[in-house]
Amino acid sequence: MSRTQNNRLADDLVRPLFNTSVWFYAIVVAAGTVVLSGAAAWAFQLWNGIGVAGIRWPVFWAFYLVNFVFWIGISHAGTLISAILRLVDAGWRRPVTRCAEVITVFALMIGAMFPIIHLGRPWLAFWLFPYPSAREIWPNFRSPLAWDFFAINTYLTGSVLFLFLPMIPDLALVRDRSTGWRRKVYGALSFGWRGTTTQWNRLESAMQIMAIAILPVAVSVHTIVSFDFSMANVPMWHSSIFGPYFVAGAIFSGIAALIIAMALLRKFLHLENYLLPMHFDNLGKLLLLMCVLWAYFVFNERLTVWYGNEPHEMAVFWATQRGRFAVPYWTMVICNFVIPFIILSIKPLRTILGCVVASFAVLIGMWLERFLIIVPGLSYKQLPYSWGDYGPRPVELIIMAATFAAMILLYTLFSKFVPIISIWELKAGDHSTPHAPAAPAHASLMASAPPEAGHS
Amino acid sequence: MSVYGLYDDPNVAQQAVNNLRAAGVADADITVISSEPFEHFEFGHRDAKTSMPWIAAAAGLIGLGLTYYLLAASQQAWPLVTSGMPIAPNWTNLIIIFEMTMLSAILVTVIMLIFTAFIGQRGKLYDSEVSDGYILVGVENPADAAKLEPALAIHGGRVKTV
Repeated sequence: MSRTQNNRLADDLVRPLFNTSVWFYAIVVAAGTVVLSGAAAWAFQLWNGIGVAGIRWPVFWAFYLVNFVFWIGISHAGTLISAILRLVDAGWRRPVTRCAEVITVFALMIGAMFPIIHLGRPWLAFWLFPYPSAREIWPNFRSPLAWDFFAINTYLTGSVLFLFLPMIPDLALVRDRSTGWRRKVYGALSFGWRGTTTQWNRLESAMQIMAIAILPVAVSVHTIVSFDFSMANVPMWHSSIFGPYFVAGAIFSGIAALIIAMALLRKFLHLENYLLPMHFDNLGKLLLLMCVLWAYFVFNERLTVWYGNEPHEMAVFWATQRGRFAVPYWTMVICNFVIPFIILSIKPLRTILGCVVASFAVLIGMWLERFLIIVPGLSYKQLPYSWGDYGPRPVELIIMAATFAAMILLYTLFSKFVPIISIWELKAGDHSTPHAPAAPAHASLMASAPPEAGHS
Repeated sequence: MSVYGLYDDPNVAQQAVNNLRAAGVADADITVISSEPFEHFEFGHRDAKTSMPWIAAAAGLIGLGLTYYLLAASQQAWPLVTSGMPIAPNWTNLIIIFEMTMLSAILVTVIMLIFTAFIGQRGKLYDSEVSDGYILVGVENPADAAKLEPALAIHGGRVKTV
């Protein structure tokens, strides 16, 4: 890559940090208002008690836990996908990885809040933490909720580091292009990075190790979230398929969230030269794969229950197929399978717009899937005297809306202060494949790759 | 005092490194700084050997052992009977042991990175033009800076002495 191209690349990707558009303020104000509404709704719930939410016997887990599972699922967008693509050295990952890893960190933070929001007395949440308490007992390590604590915190710690480490060289670049207080802040954040060969080699080694370590952790997190349900003797919960079923669903919704985030970044930050149709096409194919996999798991789950013909499980089964949960169930099937399958399997439809439409459908479908896993099972327990109904109350709806706004707000703020595309990885990608066929926007960068002479 | 050259072509930077070696500068004394890794060039592989993976694996094993011990010890110290399970059930403990194993490996990897790439780094040679795409090749505190300048002044490379 020539120095001119190098500078153009850096200028394009650093520009959003120095130039603030009116869109930024509009999004921050709008999303911030919804987040504050959510905080007010939670304060209202704390003041008046958990009874203001719709959860009551027998459905004690509902909207809050649906959102918990949904957001933990969304978190699989980033670190997992990024780690896989990094390990297989997929060149097209370079503009995508940071966009994805950011989703993981924020989705985990949002998701991890829900068990606390769900508590009647959240100020006692520390009882879940592993310490010898005044009650003279440790938490029961056999409880899936204690497993959640370890799994989510391990994944969050790993994901934050996995996001932050490759950011250091880019923060150093911003430092060198800044003045005043910005230079000081970015200087502190880049830990005095210079870019010596030793630093590059150590960073690459660390990223490889972390990619290997974080992959099984990512899989374990959603498996353990599934254990919250499958360890309980509730109809249609106590199933060995839940682990892989949850993981597949998480990756499915994660890719959908990533596609939407990339499309918005492309539009608002003018990253058309970096987030190419090719990236959406590749992610669209991955989404299609996960769509088919999801359908396979749903078929497996439903077939076994139907064939087993256990009365208490069939009550839940028929409630979702043709009973009071039939509308959300079939909406889920349409959103998770019919729409994405049609759009993504027909190549002319697999455009950026097509991928975004399919992704929105998938997010709706996956949220409904989480709802349909949790609520119908609790509504139709083994004995009919414990059958009951659930309807969300305004406080739950507002808090849920606030979490979506929180994701938009955090993502917007992040992309304002950190280059949302890894600049050094993009540059490294250009000279690491000097003879690869050039993608449209990188054509000039590829063409200037160094000749073989001088290579080791 | 330091002497260095700035190059916009990695091939020329490689040649500058070779020239410095030919001029008698030890490999460890040559500093190469860039805004991106150059894996396809020899200079990009200097000091590439690291025991980081082994140390991370060892940390994982230590994390595994410690978690196993702490879980079993605390479960024995505060025994809770849960639905007929043993006091220290390995099946469920394995979940926490696995997470702590991975967390240990991850944290030690980051600590290793901090020590080997930041705290343990020699020298302070830097030029902010590196961020503009230049590759810096230089020597800090050379015995004779003037003698090294010809080795660095190649193919339009700009030589600076600071």
